[in-house]
Amino acid sequence: MSANAQTKEPDDLRSLYQEIILDHGKHPRNLRQVENFTNQAKGNNPMCGDKVAVTARVSPAGVIEDLAFEGKGCAISIASASMMTSALKGHSVQAAKRLFAAVQGLCTGKTDVEGAQREVPELANAIGELAALSGVRQFPTRVKCATLPWHALVSCLDGGDTATTEK
Amino acid sequence: MNVAALSQAKLNFDVERIRADFPILSRKVHNKPLVYLDSAASAQKPRQVIETITRAYSEDYANVHRGAYYLSEKSTSDYEAAREKVRAFINAKSITEIVYTKGATEAINLVAASYGRAFIKEGDEIVLTTLEHHSNFVPWDLLRKATGCVLREVTVQLDGSVRIEDFAKVIGPRTKLVAVAHVSNVLGTVLPIKEIAKLAHAVGAKLLVDGCQGIVHAEVDVQALDCDFYVFSGHKLYGPTGIGVLWGREAILDTMPPYQGGGDMIETVAFAGCTWAGLPAKFEAGTPPIVEAIGLGAAIDYINTQDRVAVAAHEHALIAYALERLPEVPGLRLIGTAPGKASVQSFVVEGAHPHDLATVLDRSGVCVRAGHHCAQPLMEALGVSATARASFAMYSTQAEIDALVAALIKARELLV
Repeated sequence: MSANAQTKEPDDLRSLYQEIILDHGKHPRNLRQVENFTNQAKGNNPMCGDKVAVTARVSPAGVIEDLAFEGKGCAISIASASMMTSALKGHSVQAAKRLFAAVQGLCTGKTDVEGAQREVPELANAIGELAALSGVRQFPTRVKCATLPWHALVSCLDGGDTATTEK
Repeated sequence: MNVAALSQAKLNFDVERIRADFPILSRKVHNKPLVYLDSAASAQKPRQVIETITRAYSEDYANVHRGAYYLSEKSTSDYEAAREKVRAFINAKSITEIVYTKGATEAINLVAASYGRAFIKEGDEIVLTTLEHHSNFVPWDLLRKATGCVLREVTVQLDGSVRIEDFAKVIGPRTKLVAVAHVSNVLGTVLPIKEIAKLAHAVGAKLLVDGCQGIVHAEVDVQALDCDFYVFSGHKLYGPTGIGVLWGREAILDTMPPYQGGGDMIETVAFAGCTWAGLPAKFEAGTPPIVEAIGLGAAIDYINTQDRVAVAAHEHALIAYALERLPEVPGLRLIGTAPGKASVQSFVVEGAHPHDLATVLDRSGVCVRAGHHCAQPLMEALGVSATARASFAMYSTQAEIDALVAALIKARELLV
């Protein structure tokens, strides 16, 4: 373990488990299956057994009309799925994929909120909320918890049926 | 254990003296004293093991079974001396029955690939329990896919216990092999190996015991257990990673084809055909984990310097204390409360996922395992996706259980 890790204060726990994360974790939004879904995929984290299934109804023009998830997991993965499905309803598939890349950047520390907002300007408000997920960057083993639903989302939108965090 | 023996055992046991042998236990994590409660995943190492490994590499290292020079002879004799230590430790009849592997997983894969493919045919049955670790499940699934054999399941009671009458129902004339854990890595349940051996042998089946957890918590005598294969890993037994043991009855090992081909396992090599070395070399292709084996020998020496009855009494006292204190955490449900269980305790806390608990506990210096513990069929049967698990070793203390309970109460305040 690095000296940096040793001097870390438990404050990073507060940044990981922010109110918004705990709220979405305890009261997840869009925890259901989309009616008449056109796309679906399951996400699986083989390290912990967490599972998430994402369903979407995408219009012929490529707009996500409805998006929801089902699954079991930790507060981080459930909150991430809840915030993701809330953010993307009404947006294009193309914007969803750019948001996926931006959230991955936020979770791994490769990008900051402003950078993410520049990449996906139409979802700038949502990114303000999703920034709460960036607390995982201090917890390397938990990054996959935050990104699991997003891997499932991309697989779902690409017409795949499974995604894993171990790709 | 009677009262007199128990009090004598307590006299012979000083946990602080043991802790002083484990350098890592004095370090801090996140500025908190380390409370290491994940020994069932991998145990910490005493300095006697660390120093033996350092000395082997610094002073006595060369490849084994090859060089006609002093260092190779010394390395070979240390490596083979460790095999004798393993033999004595589990009371095997002969060192020819002690096969080094890279771990218990490889040992089970060896039996599945060699014994399984040679002797288990389509329609034959392999009996497993619900609580098996994936390492004692997936190799048999691979064998099923290759041969068309059938896997049969002995289920587990709600408290985690396994009933011998359930084995009697599942073991039958088509059973060729019974493969079970000695002690569950999730529940701590101790399986009735001798009774299972009787049932298996009555129908002519062989019995393989996954001893990864079992060998840590009690003395193992493979002849008394009357099993046919016993496997374990060095790193859970206070030794290094990368070394494990397959013990098998010589008469069975003799009939088995090699597992891997390569150097050191041959008698002659020719285009006309190769012939194999005798036991145990037949199963040890390539340069082996030399220093790892020597380190395992040092771990066994270390354990042998302890009063094992006293260590077992200490671990039983710890699990009894944990079973008493953990329910003080609001919403906590114990998973695995079979009578006579080993010092491994799973639990869940309502409203807090095990992974979140483990992350928060870590910031208090408390290391617990969270997840499915490589036992997905068991998780399914228990109706949980994951559990948190605290496991105790000879160096664990009641104060560490107090720290666990305090950290759980604090974690719950944050998460629930």
